[in-house]
Amino acid sequence: MIVKALAFYMFSLVAVGAGVLVISSRNPVHSVLFLILAFFNAAGLFVLMGAEFLAMILVVVYVGAVAVLFMFVVMMLDINFVALREGFLQYLPLGALVGLILLAELLVIVGGWTFAPSAAGVGAPPRAAIANISNTHALGKILYTHYIYLFQASGMILLVSMVGAIVLTHRRREGVRRQDIGRQLARSAKASIELKKVEPGKGI
Amino acid sequence: MLDIGLSHYLSVAAILFTLGIFGIFLNRKNVIIILMSVELMLLAVNINLVAFSAHLYDLVGQVFAMFVLTVAAAEAAIGLAILMVYFRNRGSIAVEDISLMKG
Repeated sequence: MIVKALAFYMFSLVAVGAGVLVISSRNPVHSVLFLILAFFNAAGLFVLMGAEFLAMILVVVYVGAVAVLFMFVVMMLDINFVALREGFLQYLPLGALVGLILLAELLVIVGGWTFAPSAAGVGAPPRAAIANISNTHALGKILYTHYIYLFQASGMILLVSMVGAIVLTHRRREGVRRQDIGRQLARSAKASIELKKVEPGKGI
Repeated sequence: MLDIGLSHYLSVAAILFTLGIFGIFLNRKNVIIILMSVELMLLAVNINLVAFSAHLYDLVGQVFAMFVLTVAAAEAAIGLAILMVYFRNRGSIAVEDISLMKG
């Protein structure tokens, strides 16, 4: 019990601290690194809750793909980040006000709500399937049966986003020497080879 | 205090969500940090979904968290691609410059 509580407080404190540093650090590279730290700790929270598969997916997808994507873009763009931070303090009071109001509202909701009496029976069908099997096994059993169409749709979303990203960023460069087979085959020996009569004792 | 329940996880998620919104207000000129703040907010939503899923012994929450993760990855890819194209055309990513369609 106490180990679990300590782990919860450690993971959540580090996640929140990393979140604060994501939005407040001067260098965007540091922001990306703190985002990675926040995701790792959120994955730890998922493990504590018993969602091991989702925790590993979080590490693989976010740390392995999304954060590296952010890192690439931050390093590829040649931006003066100091100029972008002008007016940082100007927006601070308004942002802090809105954030505090929203946080107070959310915490009031968290403290004051209860389950509806009829809510217990709503999730009945998948619940029976998770008796004595691991989290990944149970998730697969639900995902590939009840939610197969949503699963396919999410695959389509990923495909569309991949094609979209390639179409957006792909460009034809000028001055690249690449093989053109049509032009190679269209050449004739007569047009490309010239015979010169070299007289003895002179050069060409 | 030592008995970690549903409301603890919901509080952490609420704090992370608020941090995301605060980040959008704070870094109003830097699109990259705004995208990172959106990722933080989506992470908070995922923590909420998984917390309820664990509390109710209902795996559907985890399935939906997975779909949220998919959409977040797609959104990050498309957003950063648009950012690259915009930077290539304009040489800057300041938010107040993005007003081409204002007329």
